[in-house]
Amino acid sequence: MTEINKKAILKDVFLESGISVKPLYTRKDIESFDIESELPGQYPFTRGIHAEMYRKRPFTIRQYAGFASPEETNERFHFLLKNGQTGLNVAFDLPTQCGLDSDSAEAVGEVGRVGMTVDSLNDFEIAFKNIDLNKITVSLTINGSAIVLIAMYIALAEKWGYDISQLRGTAQNDILKEFIGRGTWIFPVDKSVKLVIDTIEYCAQNVPNYSPVSVCGYHIRESGANPIQEMAYAFCIAKAYSDGTIKRGLHIDEFASRLSFNFDIYGNFFEQIAKFRGGRKLWAKIIREEYHSENDKSCWMRMIAGGGGGGLTKEQPENNIIRSAYYALVSALSGTQTMALCSYDEAYTIPTEKAAEISLRTMQILIHEMGICDTVDPLGGSYYVEALTNQFEKEIREEMKKVDEWGGIVNAVAKGKIQESVSKQAYERELGRQNGDIPKVGLNIFKREEEAKSVDFHPYNAAAAELQIAKVKRLRKERNNVLVNTLLNQIKEDAIADKNLMPSIIAAVKAYATVGEIIGLLKDCYGEFDEPIFF
Amino acid sequence: MKILLSKPGLDGHDVGVKVLAHALKNAGFKVIYTGLRKSVDKILDIAEAHDVDAIGLSILSGTHLIIAENLKQAMEKRNLHFKWVVGGNIPQRDVDALMRFGPDRVFPTGTQIQDVIIYFDSIKKK
Repeated sequence: MTEINKKAILKDVFLESGISVKPLYTRKDIESFDIESELPGQYPFTRGIHAEMYRKRPFTIRQYAGFASPEETNERFHFLLKNGQTGLNVAFDLPTQCGLDSDSAEAVGEVGRVGMTVDSLNDFEIAFKNIDLNKITVSLTINGSAIVLIAMYIALAEKWGYDISQLRGTAQNDILKEFIGRGTWIFPVDKSVKLVIDTIEYCAQNVPNYSPVSVCGYHIRESGANPIQEMAYAFCIAKAYSDGTIKRGLHIDEFASRLSFNFDIYGNFFEQIAKFRGGRKLWAKIIREEYHSENDKSCWMRMIAGGGGGGLTKEQPENNIIRSAYYALVSALSGTQTMALCSYDEAYTIPTEKAAEISLRTMQILIHEMGICDTVDPLGGSYYVEALTNQFEKEIREEMKKVDEWGGIVNAVAKGKIQESVSKQAYERELGRQNGDIPKVGLNIFKREEEAKSVDFHPYNAAAAELQIAKVKRLRKERNNVLVNTLLNQIKEDAIADKNLMPSIIAAVKAYATVGEIIGLLKDCYGEFDEPIFF
Repeated sequence: MKILLSKPGLDGHDVGVKVLAHALKNAGFKVIYTGLRKSVDKILDIAEAHDVDAIGLSILSGTHLIIAENLKQAMEKRNLHFKWVVGGNIPQRDVDALMRFGPDRVFPTGTQIQDVIIYFDSIKKK
């Protein structure tokens, strides 16, 4: 026992990851590491992927947005851009995410509810009207039907005369995490992964500046994983996509630099920072040592990291503004590339305009008032942060070995192994919150007796949904259906022949084939995922 | 006492429903979970097949009123009389409107797990 422990009889402290925390860290804790030689912009990038980081350019602010109709979404985009946002992060409604058209029976009541509706290329033409696709990076938050939406974005750019070899942008397109959390899977696991790899292969060869996949530890953590598992499972998933792409004959350096990550921030402040620093180091080593990359850029763990919904509470929602500001600070101190914050009302609704603006201002205050961009990795060399960083690198590696023991991530997800373990942890976490073992201000400590009941909600626009349904019905009558049918048939033939589906899908969406038609025919070819039930 | 927990509609938020499944199982109930994206008819099929004592609907996407009305109509049409409850992201102002479709109880976000267990215990005794 250390001196300090004897005197105060301090309680043991364990991080959510199970790592034990000492009351004091000194030079001794980091003596064995070679920290001095680690520099930002140099392999293994523990201190950041760029030498100058935010001194040269602050992180990109990219709030999640997308409302009901493409028309409304376009207005919102112009509002955000006018207010200084440099990237757009598009939310889609559930029918679009599940590959259903607005006029499908299963879509009733869901059209435009949690994001923008997209039935055909026509909706993209409206949503991105007067937005310069060369100046703005658009991120599509889409997974199950991602191949169609990415094809649509490329089709839009080609139609508008952009050179797609220069086109930038990002898609979430991480289907493996959808099986663990978030749930917008459609096809069986192997076919789902095949479609992701189609997009990676196609983009590497034709749209090399486009980032076709953003691997999400975020939703895995929200589903119950601890910070170590969040990183470990995300890395296993990124490796699975990489392995599949390499099997198609590509070299790691032809695509790895376009893979990126999306991570969660809530909980212990220093634990999150160490998670990112240790994770960044480990990912670089994996790409260099296991995949023999010769390009530093392939080794970069580029990330969007923002405030997680899991840390927010419905109780005293204004406290979420404070929480989110700390999450933003964590993200900046961790060397993120892009930041997005959950808005304070996000625990119970889609953000209102006011809440979304506060999130934007939170990040702007950090950049412009706090001096956060002045110097690179200001926590580098901290005894505690470096010791924890080192521990995270080791622990994430260990956790990845466990996935290997389950037969790899694809197998573990198909059989529900990961889902089973994270859902059990989610239960334990909720119990902890309800019995007060996990303190949450306003929820289980410092509660207010009378909760204010009136909160603003983002309203559902039923009229916009009706217009959208009418629009897709009209489209089906007015387009060249002979051409559409020929092009849909081509997709089917390519699916049966197990070819890359991107070329035939791009051709079909250009002729205004709908998301529902394309996903529907792929369901006929591939079948649907049979969800394993564990609890 | 057999409880069917279900996810109607397209909503993929299943953390809450699985938390509750664990909690009810640990409290001694027999729990069946439908998995994601089930139609109300499919949910009723499962409820009938397993002869459950109650159905729980977990809805977080905002479609609770539409789904509740669909379930009410489907039960009437099929002459079924299951006791049912709704949980999830239900704004306080929608609770009364929701109750008119006939659920036994509504458990909005923030409900204590213990309160749900107490409720199911109470209907067991009746």
